[in-house]
Amino acid sequence: MILRPAPILAETAVSAAGVYAASPQLLQLSLAVSVLLFVIGLVGFLTRRNMIMMFLCTELMMQAAALAFVTFSRMHMNTSGQVFVIFILTVAAAEAALALGLVVLLYRKKETLSIEAWSELKEC
Amino acid sequence: MLALAAASSAPNAALPAVHSAAGDAHAGAEGAANALSGWISGAIAAPELSWAGWILGLPALAAIVCWVCAALRVKNKLPAIVTVAALGGAFGLTLALYFSYTGHYHSPVTVHLYDWMRFGWTAEGGSGAAFGSAEAFIADFGLYIDGLTLFWMLFVTGLGTLIALYASEYMESDVGGDYCRFFGSVSIFLLSMGCLVMGGNLALLYLGWEGVGVASYLLIGYYYGKPTAVAAAKKAFVMNRIGDLGLLVGIFLVWRHFGSIDFATIFKAVSQPVAADAHWSMGLIPFFLMLGAFGKSAQIPLFTWLPDAMEGPTPVSALIHAATMVTAGVYLIARMYPFFLLHPDALHTVAWIGGMTAFVAATIGLLQYDMKRVFAYSTVSQLGFMFLGLGVGTTFGAGYHVFTHAFFKALLFLASGAVMHGFAGQLDIRKISGLRNVPGFKIVSWTMFVGCLWLAAFPFSAGFFSKDEILYVAMTDPVHGSPVLAWIGLFTAFLTAYYTFRVWFRVCAGPVAFQPGEESHGHFHPHPPRVAINGVLAVLAIGAVLAGVPAYIAFFGGENWAEHMIGMSSAAQGVPSLGTSAAEHAGSAAHPTILGFDGHIAMFALSTIAGLAGLSLAWYFHLANRKAADSLKQSLLANPLVGWLPRALENKWYVDEIYDALFRKPMWAIGYVFAFVDKHLVDGTLVLGSGRLTAGLGRVFQPLYNGVLQGYAVTMAGGLGLILAWIVWAWMGGGGT
Repeated sequence: MILRPAPILAETAVSAAGVYAASPQLLQLSLAVSVLLFVIGLVGFLTRRNMIMMFLCTELMMQAAALAFVTFSRMHMNTSGQVFVIFILTVAAAEAALALGLVVLLYRKKETLSIEAWSELKEC
Repeated sequence: MLALAAASSAPNAALPAVHSAAGDAHAGAEGAANALSGWISGAIAAPELSWAGWILGLPALAAIVCWVCAALRVKNKLPAIVTVAALGGAFGLTLALYFSYTGHYHSPVTVHLYDWMRFGWTAEGGSGAAFGSAEAFIADFGLYIDGLTLFWMLFVTGLGTLIALYASEYMESDVGGDYCRFFGSVSIFLLSMGCLVMGGNLALLYLGWEGVGVASYLLIGYYYGKPTAVAAAKKAFVMNRIGDLGLLVGIFLVWRHFGSIDFATIFKAVSQPVAADAHWSMGLIPFFLMLGAFGKSAQIPLFTWLPDAMEGPTPVSALIHAATMVTAGVYLIARMYPFFLLHPDALHTVAWIGGMTAFVAATIGLLQYDMKRVFAYSTVSQLGFMFLGLGVGTTFGAGYHVFTHAFFKALLFLASGAVMHGFAGQLDIRKISGLRNVPGFKIVSWTMFVGCLWLAAFPFSAGFFSKDEILYVAMTDPVHGSPVLAWIGLFTAFLTAYYTFRVWFRVCAGPVAFQPGEESHGHFHPHPPRVAINGVLAVLAIGAVLAGVPAYIAFFGGENWAEHMIGMSSAAQGVPSLGTSAAEHAGSAAHPTILGFDGHIAMFALSTIAGLAGLSLAWYFHLANRKAADSLKQSLLANPLVGWLPRALENKWYVDEIYDALFRKPMWAIGYVFAFVDKHLVDGTLVLGSGRLTAGLGRVFQPLYNGVLQGYAVTMAGGLGLILAWIVWAWMGGGGT
């Protein structure tokens, strides 16, 4: 497989095989975006009470992981990470359908989207 | 392995002391005794008789069919038809086996059906030599057939068939309900009994022994809704276990000392002289075996279960608890008779236990009001006579008494069952009278009359001859005999005649009067038996009469068939009187005497007097002048000197209460102590303590689990963060590596 990403920053190098290797800056930038996405997702998940928002936050964290996969795949010139991302997207699609369905059901039970309505799962 | 086992049995030597003493006393019969030890030691394999395995196979098939019927809730008489057919087939096969065995084979035969248990090992350093030398354990599924086997199987399968036929009518109120369960259990019983009697080794005997115990338990507890029936079933089972432990230990010892449990091998080994340095435990073998026999055959001290076992349906009382299973103890001792010569006191113990049981049970029978209970105690008493016979060295007398007793006792039980069936469960002899004049009960009364005559040992009845043989040998045998026991037995015979006819004169004779039992509802009229019950009663009465035919033949100088059969078996070992014909007896110079008269004639006269005296006493008190019995009892009770006696008799000598105080109460006390320790130390401290410890620890961390999803998420994120931090720290070379 030939990977030809567009050069974003000035320094690009061409490997012996004629494939562009990513520059360290590009990789750092991608990882930074990934970490940022993850942290936004995590903080959102921990602070929001609306189930749909929390669900979207988990999606954010998952995409952060996907981005990290792609980045490391590019770094090591190894396609396994990208294959993983395809799986992640597939799973995410299925999981979104499932999770939204669950949310709808939970809403029907208690007429609210707040997660605080669901706190039976505890030791008391 | 087989060779190993056979070789290991060789070192046992020296004839037991009793054996040789018997030989001296009966110098004229010594040759016969030697010939007999040759008889039992030379068993040959007879694979051509392997079809005899179907004697066990047919009841097994019937049992399977019955239990399948039970699972399918069959609502007709199919289980009874199958069982009667299978048992009848087994009886036919037994007859066929009898005819193909007698006359064609001149030694016991073994039939190997298939391998069962085989273990072998080699003893390193020969350390096992000092105490036995068993180096292999082999128990194959095979048959051991000799005269004793056939003798027993003939009446077991024959009576089994008849009683199953009787039960098909007697139990018909249960059709569609527990009918299948009943016949399934009966089939299991016949299978186990066949296994016990025909099995080729002690392991098979034990298998059958336990099998009949299980069948007996199932059938005593047949009416499981009735608390007394359940208690009786448990009692029978537990008391039998005590005896069975003895049998098991006995089997272990036989194996340890003789290197095998195969009848063919151990009989050969035991006919060798016993080694002078044999371990002392060899002498215990007969005592352990007889403990097993005492349990199964309801002898003192384990006899109290049998009268209680009458809680089962009456055909079961007749088949299992009178005619067949309870004679298994007699069979065991007769079969293992050579082993009872290993200790000089073993046979005396058997004789005394038997004699005392006969007497004690007869005294209890005097004052019971429940018809079946009277016959139950008479069964215990007659079993005591059989053990007395075994103990004084007449295996023939014991075996023949088993045979005659099987017929007349089954007859008596089935007749009382017919009364119970007809009068809605009424068994109290004070509440039924004049049965022979109640329409439809003629056959019942008169067949019962035959049974009573036979049980009371009326002159020239079969029971008279078999009991006479036992008492005669007890009176005259110079080695094993014991005149004291013979006189006790004679007195017991008098008591037997009295209590037997007490029942008949009360129930069947006198003016017609009856009250229905507790099972009646509303308008009551007697319900006479129909063709199956009447037919079986008639056949049994004829059988009881015919059971005397061998004795009549012997009386006129011929050879008793039963004596001939038992003479062809291990039961003849060490019994010099067996194998010599009656003619030789008569011609013997040293003819024993009793009270200065010729032994046979004196015994005949004494037995006749005892029987007739008991009969007339019963006639006076229970037919001619019934009020006299009551007033006599009242005056006895009023007299402080003897008033305790009727009370003790009516309460069965308080044996149950004594056992309760001696064994049950202490066991309960021990149980309470253990329960206390278990509850407070084991459960309270160790089990619950460790549980409480974990629970307490959990309660410390409980606030973390508050049910708020995000709380869990924070914990998880924090945990992940910590793990990440640790990985990074390690990555950076932390920890000084």
